[in-house]
Amino acid sequence: MDSIIKIKNLHAELSDGTKILNGVNLEVKPGEIHAIMGPNGSGKSTLASVLAGREDYIVTEGEVEYNGMDLLDLSPEDRAREGVFLAFQYPVEIPGVSNINFLKTSINEIRAYKGEGPISAKEFLGMVSEKSKLVELDNKLKNRSVNEGFSGGEKKRNEIFQMAMLEPKLAILDETDSGLDIDALRIVAHGVNTLKSSENASIVITHYQRLLDYIVPDIVHVLWNGRIIKSGPKELALELEDKGYDWLKKEVITE
Amino acid sequence: MAYTEKELAKELENKKYEYGFVTDVESDVIKKGLNEEIVRIISEKKNEPEWLLEWRLSAFRKWEKMEEPDWAHLKYKKPNFQDLHYYAAPKTKKKLDSLDEVDPEILKTFERLGIPLEEQKALSGVAVDFVMDSVSVKTTFSAKLLELGIIFCSFSEAVQNHPDLIKKYLGKVVPPTDNFYAALNSAVFSDGSFCYIPKGVKCPMELSTYFRINEANTGQFERTLVIADEDSYVSYLEGCTAPQRDENQLHAAVVELIALDGASIKYSTVQNWYPGDENGIGGIFNFVTKRGLCEKGSKISWTQVETGSAVTWKYPSCILKGDNSEGEFYSVAVTNNYQQADTGTKMIHLGKNTKSVIISKGISAGNSSNSYRGLVQMNPGASNSRNFSQCDSLLIGDQCGAHTFPYIEVQNKSSRAEHEATTSKIGEDQLFYCNQRGIDTEKAISLIVNGYAKEVLNKLPMEFAIEAQKLLEISLEGSVG
Ligand SMILES: Nc1ncnc2c1ncn2[C@@H]1O[C@H](COP(=O)(O)OP(=O)(O)O)[C@@H](O)[C@H]1O
Ligand SMILES: [Mg+2]
Repeated sequence: MDSIIKIKNLHAELSDGTKILNGVNLEVKPGEIHAIMGPNGSGKSTLASVLAGREDYIVTEGEVEYNGMDLLDLSPEDRAREGVFLAFQYPVEIPGVSNINFLKTSINEIRAYKGEGPISAKEFLGMVSEKSKLVELDNKLKNRSVNEGFSGGEKKRNEIFQMAMLEPKLAILDETDSGLDIDALRIVAHGVNTLKSSENASIVITHYQRLLDYIVPDIVHVLWNGRIIKSGPKELALELEDKGYDWLKKEVITE
Repeated sequence: MAYTEKELAKELENKKYEYGFVTDVESDVIKKGLNEEIVRIISEKKNEPEWLLEWRLSAFRKWEKMEEPDWAHLKYKKPNFQDLHYYAAPKTKKKLDSLDEVDPEILKTFERLGIPLEEQKALSGVAVDFVMDSVSVKTTFSAKLLELGIIFCSFSEAVQNHPDLIKKYLGKVVPPTDNFYAALNSAVFSDGSFCYIPKGVKCPMELSTYFRINEANTGQFERTLVIADEDSYVSYLEGCTAPQRDENQLHAAVVELIALDGASIKYSTVQNWYPGDENGIGGIFNFVTKRGLCEKGSKISWTQVETGSAVTWKYPSCILKGDNSEGEFYSVAVTNNYQQADTGTKMIHLGKNTKSVIISKGISAGNSSNSYRGLVQMNPGASNSRNFSQCDSLLIGDQCGAHTFPYIEVQNKSSRAEHEATTSKIGEDQLFYCNQRGIDTEKAISLIVNGYAKEVLNKLPMEFAIEAQKLLEISLEGSVG
């Protein structure tokens, strides 16, 4: 089976030359869930941002094949239109734009890219009611400005709601679990699990193994210092929870 | 007889080049500088009655003793008033043969604004074979209005044909000595518009929609007077979404509105004068005094979309003199690059049970500066009066500035003024977030800006609202990244 995304020797740095990613290799196949773990500052969010096309980072080496395309060649909006979805670690507030209008614009832009006409009001509203139930999104949030005045947990839930609406091919969840209580965590995980299919895939970034009790990964990777230093089955997460990261770092250094 | 704009448009379409003519007057410019002699020449050239000349002269004498104000949050090089021309006969623009001769950048803007082809030609001075020649449009239009007793003509014509109305109302709302620029305008105003709606008449169309082309040539010292007689209604539209250029850097207009008992005036402006280039070179200085007087139970509503000019100084205001009268001010002011705007309103409550609403939406981008300045004054006699003010600022990028200067004076116990203000920001993060959801940057800015300005844009006449919406997008182009 072809992969959904294949990252080869990816290096990225800031405009001041600070190197953050130092040769990431990762392949994700349809139907898979990969977890990326690693201590704070190891480059997890940067990897997500580079895949989504954030311009703060310069790719100096390596390539990313997505669905048969050169991902790095696409603009951020085209990556999104091709089915790459990033659930942000810190979702931003967009004043003056209602959540619902934002989503509708998003859906219609994606449809236009595919040569489809705008979604009908009926179909749209049907989807909204179905998907918001999935993540138990409070009704009043739909008409508020995007993320404005949302609690931390509401913002994260809203990310999953958007993901459910957009039905991405590759979802990257950046610490969606942080700041969530156990109920919210369960709801978010339920959303992710329900959306899972043999056609799509997810990369779940977290540094707590807790989430992985609910979203069971096929493979766990450890990112440290901008590189994946270990990959293994889901039990690896438990081991990390037990022993921390230091033993792994030592392993790498003595290598 | 009710006559809709649509019907008028149809009729005009079928009408041939009837009244249209192009006067080939030689440009008639008098020498630079400002003194009594110049004021006399202007008045004489316009064949004005003696009293008007005296009125101008007295304004001039007062102006000479006045100082250019510097309290606004604006930085610009003060014009040398003796180095300007104060009278030029109406210029005829050089006629072009086709749109191919027009600056492609301008054409692109027209297209994006959705301005019809014929109108594009007229706006850019391409010879048009029919209809859109403003003189013929104007004539047809006026005839229809006249049936209803509505007078709508140039200010100069009104001076000749309706001198008693002019004499009765000119300077009654904005006295010649009101401020430095109003005094200057009173001394040397060139032309402008005059409108009178008789008792009980509801003007059936947006006045001035079809005059946009004409408007492009109204000079730097414009004078507008709108009188709505008892229980009448008029919606008046000034300006143009198409980019406006002018060799005169200084503009100082005066607009006076008078709403008599039970009348209602809706005055909408879209201002898109040349703002200067992206380095802040050139651009119009726009110092405007706009004020309305409300008699009993009347209402004046100002709506403005300000996107142009290098410097904007403008405070459309309402004097709520009559009991139960209402004033409204809805404003979107956009500044980009090095533009500066100091704009807002004054709501002066004099009558009992008077109400005012202020909705101001500032949008600043680039290195620009955007200030809201508002005064809400409830006088001792204005019992049971209410004001609600909402002043929002939206910043795009982090080189621009937004300032809010609200002055609220409530001088009686039964009245209340409520003020709310917010500041928000569009940064790279918001735009990337939108991009990540498949929305490109241009669309994202327009989504955010239109969401933000919606409340004001909704107050504009329908057709204009759509153009204004696009205008906001265009004005903010290149403001990020
Ligand atoms: N835009 C940026 N500017 C400056 N430093 C950055 C930027 N993005 C990431 N970094 C730095 O790169 C390192 C990795 O950050 P990040 O990818 O956020 O780590 P993680 O998500 O694994 O905690 C950190 O040291 C962080 O401070
Ligand atoms: Mg992170």
